[in-house]
Amino acid sequence: MAKILIIIPCYNEGNSLPLILEQLLNLKLPPHFQMEIAVVNDCSKDDTSWVASIYPVILLDLLVNLGIGGAVQTGFLYARENGFDLACQIDGDGQHPPWELIKLLDFYDQTKTNVVIGSRFLSEEGFKSSFARRMGIRYFHWLNKLLTGQNIYDSTSGFRLFDKGAIALAADKYPDEFPEPAVLVLFAKFGLSVKEVPVVMSERLAGQSSIRNFVSVYYCIKVTISMLFIFIRKTS
Amino acid sequence: MSRIQVITIVINFVLIAYIARLITKGKLREEYAIVWCICTFILILFSFWTKGLSLMSKIFGVFDPPNLVFTSFIFLILIYLLHLSVVSSKSQHSITRLTQELALLKDKMKKAEDKEKND
Repeated sequence: MAKILIIIPCYNEGNSLPLILEQLLNLKLPPHFQMEIAVVNDCSKDDTSWVASIYPVILLDLLVNLGIGGAVQTGFLYARENGFDLACQIDGDGQHPPWELIKLLDFYDQTKTNVVIGSRFLSEEGFKSSFARRMGIRYFHWLNKLLTGQNIYDSTSGFRLFDKGAIALAADKYPDEFPEPAVLVLFAKFGLSVKEVPVVMSERLAGQSSIRNFVSVYYCIKVTISMLFIFIRKTS
Repeated sequence: MSRIQVITIVINFVLIAYIARLITKGKLREEYAIVWCICTFILILFSFWTKGLSLMSKIFGVFDPPNLVFTSFIFLILIYLLHLSVVSSKSQHSITRLTQELALLKDKMKKAEDKEKND
């Protein structure tokens, strides 16, 4: 029996949250998994907190807006404290279809990889992103390979399954802004295995990406700096 | 004593008095006040000791004495700004941890309350 925590970081996702929670609650996981859902409300200005409280989920209300990294980390802290074996981040905007979770779990069962990433780019179907974004993703693939020697094609995907070791590490140190590519360097330094599984993602149901035109240059620079410094930092 | 000397000395004393007031009222932590106190003392020293500035510029090989003032103070300010960035990063980290811990505690409290109601 493995306890799995679904972490849903939310910032103003009151509109798309009900659908995701319905889908998740109706999801049939393989019988040896026991699922709990934690909604992390990152100080939303809309009714996210109220919407979440209708459903049988764990609601973690942050009083101060921490950004995606801080919100997800709260979920990892909860998972560590309550002895969960697995944790999976699913975004509140509907980009990560809950049924794709089963693919990650199957892969985990077969390989016992520490971190399983749901990747958009291993298969040809589903949601495609813009040219600029693809360039950015290619750049991170290259940088990641340079620093960790691993081939991760979709290093910006937030759809990830963490095992116990990865949860403990992420609960301890998780980058607070744009954490996805940077944390891969951290995992590689601590010797955790990271693998990708092809999943089909959909367009977000509502809301906007946190990474838009003006922000994307800043995003690249900040993530690059953060990856380089995690790379040279001592692992004590 | 020239007029500009009198003006700087007066301004310096007002500054010291203001810093002292901030500390006594608890609005400024002592560790940040140290830098400000040292700066004001240097300013006072050089407003009394006017020849000191040209002497220092000769020692450092600076052609024009005011340039020494600007260079050294810009350097000091940059270092101090860096220090402030460190301080603000540290407090940001603390706020993050506090917020997360509070969210977890609130959830724990709610569960305990629900349990009590059901019993």
